[in-house]
Parts: sequence; C-alpha cells; structure tokens
Amino acid sequence: MTDPILAAEGVTKLYSSGRVGCRDVSFSLYQGEVLGIVGESGSGKTTLLNCLSAKLEPTAGTIRFATRTRGLTDIFGLSEPERRLLMRTDWGIVHQNPRDGLRMNISGGGNVGERLMAVGARHYGNIRAEALDWLSRVEIADNRVDDKPQSFSGGMQQRLQIARILVSKPRLVFMDEPTGGLDVSVQARLLDLLRGLVRSLGLAAVVVTHDLAVVRLLADRLMVMKDGEVVESGLTDQVLDDPHHPYTQLLVSAVLQV
Amino acid sequence: MSGNGVEKPAYNFAYLDEQTKRMIRRVLLKAVAIPGYQVPFGGREMPLPYGWGTGGIQVTAAILGRDDILKVIDQGADDTTNAVNIRRFFAVTADVATTEDTAEASIIQTRHRIPEEPLREDQILVYQVPIPEPLRKLEPREVECRKMHGYAEYGLMQVKLYEDIARFGDISVTYDYPVMTNGRYVTAPSPIPKFDNPKMHNMAALQLFGAGREKRIYAMPPYTAVKSLDFDDYPFRRQEWNEVCGLCGADDSFLDEVILDDQGGHMFVCSDSDYCGKRRAAGHVGPLAREAAEAGYGVKGHD
Amino acid sequence: MIPEPVLRIEHLAKTFTLHTQGGVRLPVFTEISFTVSPGECVVLTGPSGSGKSTLLRSLYANYLPDAGRVSVRHRDSWVDMVSAEPRQVLAVRRETMGYVSQFLRVIPRVPTLDIVAEPLLAQGVAQDAATVRAKELLARLALPERLWSVPPATFSGGEQQRVNIARSFARSYPVLLLDEPTASLDATNRETVVSLIAEAREAGAAIVAICHDAPVRNAIATRLFDVTEFRAAA
Repeated sequence: MTDPILAAEGVTKLYSSGRVGCRDVSFSLYQGEVLGIVGESGSGKTTLLNCLSAKLEPTAGTIRFATRTRGLTDIFGLSEPERRLLMRTDWGIVHQNPRDGLRMNISGGGNVGERLMAVGARHYGNIRAEALDWLSRVEIADNRVDDKPQSFSGGMQQRLQIARILVSKPRLVFMDEPTGGLDVSVQARLLDLLRGLVRSLGLAAVVVTHDLAVVRLLADRLMVMKDGEVVESGLTDQVLDDPHHPYTQLLVSAVLQV
Repeated sequence: MSGNGVEKPAYNFAYLDEQTKRMIRRVLLKAVAIPGYQVPFGGREMPLPYGWGTGGIQVTAAILGRDDILKVIDQGADDTTNAVNIRRFFAVTADVATTEDTAEASIIQTRHRIPEEPLREDQILVYQVPIPEPLRKLEPREVECRKMHGYAEYGLMQVKLYEDIARFGDISVTYDYPVMTNGRYVTAPSPIPKFDNPKMHNMAALQLFGAGREKRIYAMPPYTAVKSLDFDDYPFRRQEWNEVCGLCGADDSFLDEVILDDQGGHMFVCSDSDYCGKRRAAGHVGPLAREAAEAGYGVKGHD
Repeated sequence: MIPEPVLRIEHLAKTFTLHTQGGVRLPVFTEISFTVSPGECVVLTGPSGSGKSTLLRSLYANYLPDAGRVSVRHRDSWVDMVSAEPRQVLAVRRETMGYVSQFLRVIPRVPTLDIVAEPLLAQGVAQDAATVRAKELLARLALPERLWSVPPATFSGGEQQRVNIARSFARSYPVLLLDEPTASLDATNRETVVSLIAEAREAGAAIVAICHDAPVRNAIATRLFDVTEFRAAA
C-alpha cells in the first residue's frame, strides 16, 4: 500500500471571534485521486482549501504532503522558501477568478513559461516551444501566445491559468470553483478539459465547489461540508445517488434537473 | 558677526557631519560584505534636489580623505553642468584636489558611464543610482520584492527578458541592464549603457552605488563576478558601431552621436572625454578631426 | 463442476431513510446471501419495487448497504465493496466489475467511439486496437456509423442503450452486472445483446442481471434468484 500524497488530520481553523472556519477534518488523498469538497456558502470548504494549500495556518491539526525528497512532511513545518518553491513546482492552484492566478501584463507565453524560468530554464527557444505545446493542450490558438490575458475571454483566461500551472508537472492541484462565473457551454468545455488532463497526467486534485455537476464529472470521492464540518464522505456516485446524511439528501434533492 | 557682509558658512569636511559619515561607512561595510545586496541607509537632506546625484555625493563624502584626488563625470564628460557642480561642491566643502585624468584620480564619481580606461585596485568608483531596485517595474509590491531577493526567486526577471524577445525579437534593454552579482543578487547597475556592463565583471577597483531618493547603498568588491542576465540562445551582446571616433579614431569606446550643423552633418565622438583627449594627445587622429576643428568643435571636450 | 465463486454476497441488508420526508424509513431487503461463479448468469426476480435494482447497485457500491459484505475476486485477492476505500472500489470497477444500467451518464463533448474505447484504454490497450474493437461492437449493435464521432447526448434511448452495452462489453470483465440490458431495444438488437451476454458467460464471466423480458431471461439465465424472499420488515 503506497503512501498518500496528502494527509490531513484533524484540520481545524477557528477565528478569535469564535466563528468556526472548519473543524476536525481528516482524509488521505492518493496519487491519481480527485477529491471533491462540496457545500454551500459558509460551509467552510474554502477555509479548508486555504488551509490545505498553505494559504492559512490551521489552529489545530496537521497537513502532510509527500515531498519528493523527504516523504510525508508537515507543510507548515517547511521553511517559507521551501513552501514557496513547492507552490511553484509540485503544486498548482486554480483560482476561481483567473486574474488571481495570472500575470495580466505578461503575454500568454510568458505566463506559461514563468514556472520554467523560475526553476532555471534559460533557453528561450525551448521555453517558447513548451509554452506553445501547453497552450495547444488547453485549446488556446498558437497565435495568441504573445497576447496579454487582458484580451482573453473568461474561459480562455481560465484555461491559460491551467496551462500555467501544469507546465511544471505538479503532482497535486487545488481548484477553487474552477467553473464559477463561466457561461454554461464554456463550463462544459473546461470541465471536459480538466477531466482529460487529470486522467492523462495522473494528477491528485482537490476540487472545491458548490456545483454537484462539477463533482459528478471530476471527482472520484466527495466530502460534504456544513457549518465547518464534514457530514458525509465517500465515493462520489455513492454519496450523490445514495445520500445518508439529512443535509446531503437536502443538497442532492435541491439540484434542478435540466 | 561683522556688520557689512554675510559670514561665509563653515562646513564640516565634505559637508556631512562625522556621525553621518560613520553611519554611511557602516552601511558600506555591510554592502561590501554582501555584494549586490541593497542596504537601506539614513540618507540626509543635501543642498541639491533628488535626481541630481545626492546618493553618490553622500557615498563620496563618507569616504573622501584630505589626500584623495577626485574626478567627477556625467555621461562620460568632466565638463557638463552636473559634473562641474559636484566637483565644485567638494572643492568648497573639502578643499580636495580634483582632476579630469582617470588614471590620476583615487575616487571617481560617475553618472551613467564607466570610464574607458581600466581602473586599478587603489581606485574607487562611485555610481549615482536613480532606481536601485531592478525588479521595480515588474513587481510593485515592496514586500514581495524583498522576498524575491531574499529567496533568490528571480524567475520574473527572466520573464521580462522573455517578453522583450517575444515582442522585439531581442532583449530590448540597452541601459541599466540587470546583472547577477556574485552569483546571488540581481542588481541594477544604474543607467550605464549595456556597453559598460562587461567592465563591471572582475573590476580591480571597488564599486559603490548610492541612491539618494530611494535611500539605498550597494557595492561590488574588487574582482567580483558580475554577469549580465540573458538566455542561452540569446546571449548578452554589447552595442557596436560601424564608425570610429571622429576625433581620435578609437574603435573600442562608447560613442556619442553629435550634430555638427543645420544640414544634418553629424559625427561620432568618444563619450569618455578624458579617454579621447589622451588618445589625441598621444597622436591619434580621427577621420573627421579636421572638419570638427573647422566647426569649432573638439578643442576642449564636447561643446 | 462449478468453479470457485468470484462474487460472494453475505448477509446484505439495505434500508433507506428519507430525511427530507420526515425521516420515513423504507426497508428494502435483509440477510441476502449468495455466490456467483464464472460461467453463471444469476437473474434477479421479483415484482417492481422489490429491490432488484437496489441490490444490483449495492453490488456495484453505487448504493451503500447497512450491513453485510460484497466480496469480489480482484487481482488474486478479495475486495469487499461495502467497506473498501473509494480508490479500491474504482480499481475494481475499472478492471473487474462492469455495470450496464438503463441510463447512460453523458459526459459532454466526448464522441461515442471514445466512450466505448475508454475502458480498453484504461486497461492499457493501444489506441488503434481499442478503436477497432469499439467499431466492431458498435457495428454489431447496428449503431449507424454517422453517429460514431458524435457525443451521445442527443441520441434516442435505444441508441444510448447500445452505446452503454458496447462500452461494457468492449473488454471482458470477470464480473458483469446488467440492469435491464435489452429495455428500449428492438427485436434484432435484443438478439445481438443476448448473443453478447451468452458469449461473455461462455468465456467465463460471472453475471448478475435484472431482466423483465421473459424470452431474454430464459436465453441468458443459468439460475434465478428471488429477491422477494428477503423482503425486510418495515
């Protein structure tokens, strides 16, 4: 039995006002697995994601990541430069708003090439070739490589964000409402792209969303959160087709059938 | 106080008080100990505005001694307004000897050029710096800049060069071309032309940099490795001219273009006036020396 | 001589609790136990609502039973679908246990040919070989060629059903679960599916099926299992 790539134990984030961000969340994520975290606003799913991706330090509990050199390591036990390096190479974060994950005043090619240059790539031709390769993989036309993301549509910006992250071959990707704010047809295309890339690259991913259709398509397993706690978890189709917890049943029954 | 005249003000040697000089020297020691690292310092109000070399002046004032011989150049010339003013400033406040001869000087304060004549171990070059932070235009957040220097995260600098090549076909930066100092810190060499960058590498003289408005000092000790940033397939290249200096015939110095008349007549002349003068004194004659003389040009520096 | 079972169901029980309807309890079945060996086709019988579909889904881990075990022979060991980790269940579904439901869950933008070929690709078969096999099956199921490069979202029920079947029979699963495999198919296609099932059975698959159509049932079943005997008390 191999080690998990991400192991969360008792992750808790409390605020001084007494508000609970998330409480006592534990799970193990393995390479190639996609974990969906669903819940409505205020469920704590975003807080949990921020803790897992090292943006927020939890009040209690540990989050361990299987680093390449040292095996499972507490991510908050790493030094800041080590963590920053991790976030640029082994990890990727797809933000809900692509502007948070892109440099808007740098060309598309530059955005994709940045991670390569950040770890020492010094051959312009090679960097550009790899950038072009990734742009085509996320279905952005070649001739946009020198355009700035400001001139891209929302869906295109989101795909550029994905290319920018995947170029460094991360093993773990965090996604925060990856299709939020996009038109429905654009969402479908993006989800399909994500599904294909995650499968073909064998990524491990944590996807936070309020949209059950997204988890149905992308996630292997699911955690349902309410008021900061995980109320139900398991195989995605099982949790959605045979919900046990009252809140999960409510959530599933509330989805509009099209 | 006499009744009929203004009392001539008394200055401390080189204008700054001794405590200030001590503070600056401590900062200089730090700067020399960490080549290329920008050390903040308590810059003083100087009797000329920011943008006129107050940083360089404070560094020079802190290291100047009674026996020093000072040269001041601006864009390579000793007789431009800026250079003349600063030289007079030190003459008044320190009463030190001044010179236009690069080889004779022990301290050279410069704006935007490195002298053509190679410097020696017993000389100090003081640069005037407007923007000491090479990442400024790419990353406006100061905290993030400091982290990038602290963690040696310079990918963004490389991205800037990539953008240049993508947009212009080549790296477009021609002055203040960023360098990697001692293999550790990316440094702004001040707005010297990229032509001068190679001179910084392994220079025998001590190089000190002062930015008055931004209040930063940094340094390159003698024989420090200084490498201009580039790509493997787009290596750093200096500027080149098809012409030689019209006055002295030099083909290895940085040339300025000078307009001679209203008909568009022009010539290229060494930017380093001392270097040019020495070559002419040694007998070198450039192809346009005669025309220049007829135009009343080239007798003493640039007119 | 019946070979060793590859599927063991032991003391399986399932009751639904509908919290959205005031906590009403719907008991379905209790103490279900049986085994299935390679070459067997067990058809579940019982009237509508007796829990046949629920049982089948519980075998696939799509529903979670309240008690009992569903042990599947997977790669030289046994996996209990009830208590296994999600990634183990997914591994079993990928390699060992196939499921043909009445409805095709549609993934946007993926053409029919790719949907059918996917299980083969996941198994490591080369793209060319997988495509050939997919075309073979679709042709056999008489799905018009013009539909092969189109995503099935706009297909009729019968067309979607045939895509479903092609996908599940593209590779040979040791265990096959079939929920009304011939519903919405015409007589010709029904025959084709019956042949496919018989072939799989002969090749050693262990099959559990639900089938209301009597002739089809008779053609494929080696054994019947009456779910109503295990009705749970309310």
